[in-house]
Amino acid sequence: MDWSLLFTQLLNGLQLGLLLFLLASGLTLIFGIMDFINLSHGSFYMIGAYFCGTVVAKTGSFLLGVLFGLIGVFAVGALVEWLVARKLYRSDHLDHVLVTFGLILIFDTLVHLIWGAEGMAIPLPDILNGQIEIGALVLPTYRLLIIACGLLVAGLLYLLVVRTRLGMLIRAGASNRTMVEALGVDINRLFLIVFALGAAMAGFAGMLIAPITEASIGMGNDIIIVAFVVVIVGGIGSVKGAFYAAMILGLIDTLSRSYLDVLLELAMPVTYAETAAPAISAMLIYILMAAVLAFRPQGLFPPAGVK
Amino acid sequence: MTIAIPRTVSGRVYAVLLLLLAVAPFVFQWIDQPFYLDLLSRGLILAIAVVSLNLILGFGGMVSLGHAAYIGIGAYCVGIASYYDFYSGWLHLALALGVSGLFALFTGAVSLRTRGVYFIMITMAFSQMAYFIFLSLEEYGADDGLVIYSRSEFPDWMSMDSATGLYYWIFTLLLLSMLLINRLVDSRFGRVIVGSKFNEQRMQALGFNTYRYRLTCYVISAMICSLAGMLLGNFAGFISPDMISWARSGELIFMVIIGGVATLFGPLVGTIVFVMLEQFLSAITVYWHLIFGVLLVALVLFGKGGIHGWLSLLDRGEVSRD
Repeated sequence: MDWSLLFTQLLNGLQLGLLLFLLASGLTLIFGIMDFINLSHGSFYMIGAYFCGTVVAKTGSFLLGVLFGLIGVFAVGALVEWLVARKLYRSDHLDHVLVTFGLILIFDTLVHLIWGAEGMAIPLPDILNGQIEIGALVLPTYRLLIIACGLLVAGLLYLLVVRTRLGMLIRAGASNRTMVEALGVDINRLFLIVFALGAAMAGFAGMLIAPITEASIGMGNDIIIVAFVVVIVGGIGSVKGAFYAAMILGLIDTLSRSYLDVLLELAMPVTYAETAAPAISAMLIYILMAAVLAFRPQGLFPPAGVK
Repeated sequence: MTIAIPRTVSGRVYAVLLLLLAVAPFVFQWIDQPFYLDLLSRGLILAIAVVSLNLILGFGGMVSLGHAAYIGIGAYCVGIASYYDFYSGWLHLALALGVSGLFALFTGAVSLRTRGVYFIMITMAFSQMAYFIFLSLEEYGADDGLVIYSRSEFPDWMSMDSATGLYYWIFTLLLLSMLLINRLVDSRFGRVIVGSKFNEQRMQALGFNTYRYRLTCYVISAMICSLAGMLLGNFAGFISPDMISWARSGELIFMVIIGGVATLFGPLVGTIVFVMLEQFLSAITVYWHLIFGVLLVALVLFGKGGIHGWLSLLDRGEVSRD
């Protein structure tokens, strides 16, 4: 067994998990508090990457790119909430699906109009582009940074949700929105902040991944589905659930893609194992979701008071 | 048998539409525009899928964001069978109906335990699962897709090989699907489905096992949709996992909404309008998705009822079925 390969795959799984968490934490809050399905949440992921890339191209500073990117996506998120989402909280879910599907078309085409059909590469500063050697292990610096950033944001979000007044309102809103309204909280402002904050976190995930994959049109439309799975497995409205579920799914997805064929070879002929492994590993997270729904429909870690 | 002339404006519009569709191949041949027959064939194939989606989404209130999976399954049944040199149309038909029915039974059994947001997300996730399965099948082309060299063969029946023959296969299956759904909705079964859309608890209190009714409805809808897939595989001669991506499912819902939810003809009209808009807008500008997106947002915010809703405004004194 190649241990350094295993370790690298573990890190990749962790990285995917943290990116999923950045996407899913916003989604789960918007779901849980506003009861709003935002299919276009992946668009914020894309817009973040393009904003960041543009600023990096102008200034040459990745840090400035991230900073302005975050502000930009926060503003776009607030705008979407104010112009569109706010009008729909009381309509049924079909309307949410349709309007946010429309928003995806609009955002994808706007990016096409502004930045062109080709992807945008984001160069990294030299200091992040290297590798770190720990003993026999050689690790790309930037991937470690993604993991560190993801953990940092998760920590900050935890502090925000558990230690601040805003966080208290968010938790209360996820458990029982009507009660929060009845207690005289300005619910419109709370919704606006939560929506924009969720957008900014999705945008941050996009900025982190773009230097590796480059920014491209529709880059958020596939990963957002997995983020939805994370939200469901974790329990709608639960940030803690989103964190654990994202980690579990990120690791399962990455590890099964590299090791499932080895496992299957123990039980069946090599040729069958090599054919079956990719198909099964592609299905694995959805099977997990189906199992969670069948045995624990409220998710693994639902918010307090939600049955 | 007497042919009743519809008394409402919308009824007359739909009657004229059906007549036009019935003679369309001859008209296009006459004006020498075979391309339009292609466009219309594709439109009517999609209409079968949209009509089937409307059964669960419109009448049953089950908002599925993964219906394109059944188009894909139907198409892959034709593609994979042809890959092994099985060209019998009856086999293709049986495979498409059987596989999609089974897939719908298993995924529906899990999905229908949930409601609302969960149901939407789960149907989407299952279709994504189907997408990745087909994407991982190296033997059948994976993401490059699979070319179907020969159309399904129905000995003693009309051949699919000519564009006109295929068109009448499509048109006939569409009519049969609409007829079946119309009969279903008007039956006791349909009443239970519609009833559990509005108040499932009350239907349960009346003694109906709504879960079983809804699951049956879901499976029927999936099987009808697989017909569209089977026809699409034959029509295009090429299949790829892209047919299943969730954006396709989103477009199907869009088509239902343009025409009018929970109506008999709405989905058909919506699909034709969608396909024509797509064709003509994309000829004008590469940024036509922007127009589509704005249209969709505007339709939800301001245009309740879709085209059928607007037509019904003209039917004075007649109450539309929804």
